[in-house]
Amino acid sequence: MNSNVNPVWEYAPAPENRDIANLKPSYRMFLDGEFVEGEGEPLKSVNPATEEVLAEVSTASPSDVDKAVKAARRAYDRVWGRMPGAERAKYIFRIARMIAERSRELAVLESLDNGKPIKESRDVDVPTASAHFFYHAGWADKLGYAGYGPDPRPLGVAGQVIPWNFPLLMAAWKLAPALACGNTVVLKPAETTPLSALVLAEIIQQADLPPGVVNILPGAGDVGAELVNHPGVDKVAFTGSTDVGKLIQRSLAGSGKKLTLELGGKAANVVFDDAPLDQAVEGIVNGIFFNQGHVCCAGSRLLVAESVADELLDKLHTRISTLRIGDPLDKNTDVGAINSREQLNKINELVSSGEEEGATRWTSPCPLPDKGFFFAPTVFAGVSQAMRIAREEIFGPVLSVLTFRTPDEAVAKANNTPYGLSAGIWTDKGSRILWMADKLRAGVVWANTFNRFDPTAPFGGYQESGFGREGGRTGLEAYLDV
Amino acid sequence: MSERLTVAKTYKLYVGGAFPRSESGRSYPVRDSKGGFLANAAQASRKDVREAVVAARKAFGGWSGATAYNRGQVLYRVAELLEGRREQFMAEVAASEGVPAKRVQSIVDTAIDRWVWYAGWSDKIATVLGASNPVAGPYFSFSVPEPTGVVGLLAPQSSSLLGLVSVLAPAIATGNAAVVVASQDRPLPAITLSEVLATSDVPGGVVNILTGRTAELAPWLASHADVNALDLSGAPEAMTTELERSAANTVKRVLRAKPAEPDWAAAPDMSRLRAFLESKTVWHPMGV
Amino acid sequence: MAAPSPARTGLPPELSDATRDETSLRRFLHGLPGVDQVGVEQRAAGLATRSIKKASKLWAIDTAISMVDLTTLEGADTHGKVRSLCAKARRPDPEHPEVPSVAAVCVYPDMVATAVEALRGSGVGVASVATAFPSGRSSMPVKIADTELAVADGATEVDMVIDRGAFLSGRYGRVFDEIVTIKHACGDVHLKVILETGELATYDNVRRASWLAMLAGADFIKTSTGKVSPAATLPVTHVMLQAVRDWHGSAGTRIGVKPAGGIRTTKDAIRYLVAVHEVAGPEWLTADKFRFGASSLLNDLLMQRRAQLDGHYSGPDYVTVD
Repeated sequence: MNSNVNPVWEYAPAPENRDIANLKPSYRMFLDGEFVEGEGEPLKSVNPATEEVLAEVSTASPSDVDKAVKAARRAYDRVWGRMPGAERAKYIFRIARMIAERSRELAVLESLDNGKPIKESRDVDVPTASAHFFYHAGWADKLGYAGYGPDPRPLGVAGQVIPWNFPLLMAAWKLAPALACGNTVVLKPAETTPLSALVLAEIIQQADLPPGVVNILPGAGDVGAELVNHPGVDKVAFTGSTDVGKLIQRSLAGSGKKLTLELGGKAANVVFDDAPLDQAVEGIVNGIFFNQGHVCCAGSRLLVAESVADELLDKLHTRISTLRIGDPLDKNTDVGAINSREQLNKINELVSSGEEEGATRWTSPCPLPDKGFFFAPTVFAGVSQAMRIAREEIFGPVLSVLTFRTPDEAVAKANNTPYGLSAGIWTDKGSRILWMADKLRAGVVWANTFNRFDPTAPFGGYQESGFGREGGRTGLEAYLDV
Repeated sequence: MSERLTVAKTYKLYVGGAFPRSESGRSYPVRDSKGGFLANAAQASRKDVREAVVAARKAFGGWSGATAYNRGQVLYRVAELLEGRREQFMAEVAASEGVPAKRVQSIVDTAIDRWVWYAGWSDKIATVLGASNPVAGPYFSFSVPEPTGVVGLLAPQSSSLLGLVSVLAPAIATGNAAVVVASQDRPLPAITLSEVLATSDVPGGVVNILTGRTAELAPWLASHADVNALDLSGAPEAMTTELERSAANTVKRVLRAKPAEPDWAAAPDMSRLRAFLESKTVWHPMGV
Repeated sequence: MAAPSPARTGLPPELSDATRDETSLRRFLHGLPGVDQVGVEQRAAGLATRSIKKASKLWAIDTAISMVDLTTLEGADTHGKVRSLCAKARRPDPEHPEVPSVAAVCVYPDMVATAVEALRGSGVGVASVATAFPSGRSSMPVKIADTELAVADGATEVDMVIDRGAFLSGRYGRVFDEIVTIKHACGDVHLKVILETGELATYDNVRRASWLAMLAGADFIKTSTGKVSPAATLPVTHVMLQAVRDWHGSAGTRIGVKPAGGIRTTKDAIRYLVAVHEVAGPEWLTADKFRFGASSLLNDLLMQRRAQLDGHYSGPDYVTVD
């Protein structure tokens, strides 16, 4: 028995076994039902927690993109576009079930490739990905009830480009509605996180989907550009930065292609003085430190009523100090690795600007690993709207705290951004929640919670956070010719 | 002829997740379409109806409170298990209904697919039937569908499996609990279905299946004060008006039967989902 | 409030003001921030996924053993039963003398003398329930007499129940006065105040009752009698741990927390310790500040302890049944 008067309880490491990921030395792209070498320069996918190379991944050349789009077109014309919805549904249900069956493997792989903590990939990313397929499978034979007319038709071939923050989940968000509505797909996963999408391709193959219905082409931005601009693509869906989103919108002008964009954000999380403070603290922590803050809808601006600001910040610092940063595969890790050196540099640069512009920095005293890309949870107090850290998307574990005195002021500050993806409200007063929700210019408003996602609930932004919705009945519109 | 004597199955009731015999101790012979003996089925009594309603009521809270996603997965699981017992159902439906092999295959396949169709509905009902109401005032008003409660289902008399699935799946997809009176002369597929339900993830009591004389059991269901709705699909024609009248005593929702049993193979719509749903409207002020 | 005698001295003004009169007390308790049910339950479920292995698990098991208030509160209790429980409390695992003793034995008042005798010199405390446990439905003189019996017979700790009827009907002053009076009757004996959270129904009430008990002089706040379902739950304990932490922030003293009832497995116990560690803080990870009210938990802890040391699972026939 440890007889310390003031005991220290160090949790022993509890790492998930990396062998569960069934990591292969090389991954190939998935084209027309087969795994084939791409003609592009192979890329090396890196574990951001250790900086070791995980696998070599083939990438697509322009001619590969062309082949994939043509395969998708063939599959659309000959099989998928004309298949009865009830049969499409059964294929998609199969994918949902197989993701669930291989959930542990996918979770470990996702944490290795992305750097997110295993508890998040295990409890959020993978189950939600499966749920998205399950939900959309059910729509495939019910599109006539979705409110777009009696027999809405698919668009054809969808070109989809997804980001690195939720590699598998974003693939699910994109593929499931596209397939349910009867489209075929060419999807490009992010350059730094292609692995889980290629295991998903394996599942799609095992689920016996007709060749060409789904094609997955890894590569960098050039492959994405090739894909979205390919004349054989009828629909483009992009999730990523606002800058790239603008480029795509510009380059698609006049093409007639249907476009949906899910871009950046700078969400305000508004805490009133009557908020359930302890749960608000949890919501703020979840809002900004979930997935290392690599979340487009992250609650990166905390707007707190002046009368409770000190108490809340105290509680917040205490709580953040208990966050465990480190090995993403450790089941007790709360905050994992920053996805890439490039992203880490960007965070460092913006944090420096915050210090230079006069905000007060507080950083968790938690220990950080010696190697890999890590950034300790950081809170800036005394932030004003003019500072870069209040305006620009940091996409990291950095919270900017501003205060307000009245609800109107809270609304004005919350809306004072070109973005409009999400917002949070914390108060015990129901009528104020609804009043705020009405005034906030954001595609998703969370009240007394934050970062909730469900396939039945549409997600997407206002203004420069993009247009189009993913999820729910509303999300089907993006993949229907309506 | 096989040398080995087969082990014959005892067909029992399905109540509260268990397989009891009728408390009355009665049974009745079930015959195939040509009049040959198939098996004895339990002949349920009014007391079995009572037990079944108690079991359904007990299960209703948990089932209606489960997430729609969960209910959808459970219904899909039923389809998975039915698929695994396809041959058995084909044999039983063929024996019961006397239909040719090709048709029986299509009947069973359609029954399986019907579970899949309704599995997909459970988490879409609120989206399609719910609404936010743009009321003229500073209020947020929305309406959501909610399950009615315990539903008494008189299963179709001629379509022993597909007809049964077509009335049962929509009732439970939305969160109701069901007490089913199976087809009187063709009850065997219903009991085998209950074995599927018992081994899928459907909580005990959500579906209760009674076999016996429809005319004997229906009035007890129709008059039972803890039953909230009644589906008359398989009601004896001469009794329907009386059953409807009896249901009025506790203002049960009644789904009337068509004059002739419909073609259950036809693609379903939402009507059976809507039949056992209430709509709840919530108002809340908006203001600082 | 009838009893003007402040239960605690040296409180900061905002806290001593709160107990000035019934109105102030009500205003204070209703001014506490609300507890969002969904949020607190999610947080509790999230922390429950912590994976405690190897040395940290062994440490947790030994710490949990040392925090057990080994309890028997049955109408069928006999002196013999209490004596055998005390033997178990002294030496939980006779084959492993290094296993710590439990914190205390918890009995009805009429069994205190027996327990005191049986535990003499062991360092194991004797806790007695009192104040018309478990319902609390009796007159004040009876409750005081109940407490005095336990104290006179040598109890080192008293576990009182609050009047939930009074609390739920908003008569906070009455509840406050009762605690103050019992605290007075306890003298130096440690007072644990049982909130019976299963009857308080909401987390808001749990937080208010926690503060009420702390203001009135509780040394410990305890979830349940074990006679009402639900007894201790993780989210309820979260709310109470947060309350003692907040109290420490305001008043500077550390109040203990005791979940009781329904904690039967090592896995459960470790989840509670994780909550103690991360919600209240490491300073609460001692038997002075955290207890488990339990009976069957102890044997599971012993079996898991052996499994950790022996490398294979143990069975119920290899630990003593008392």
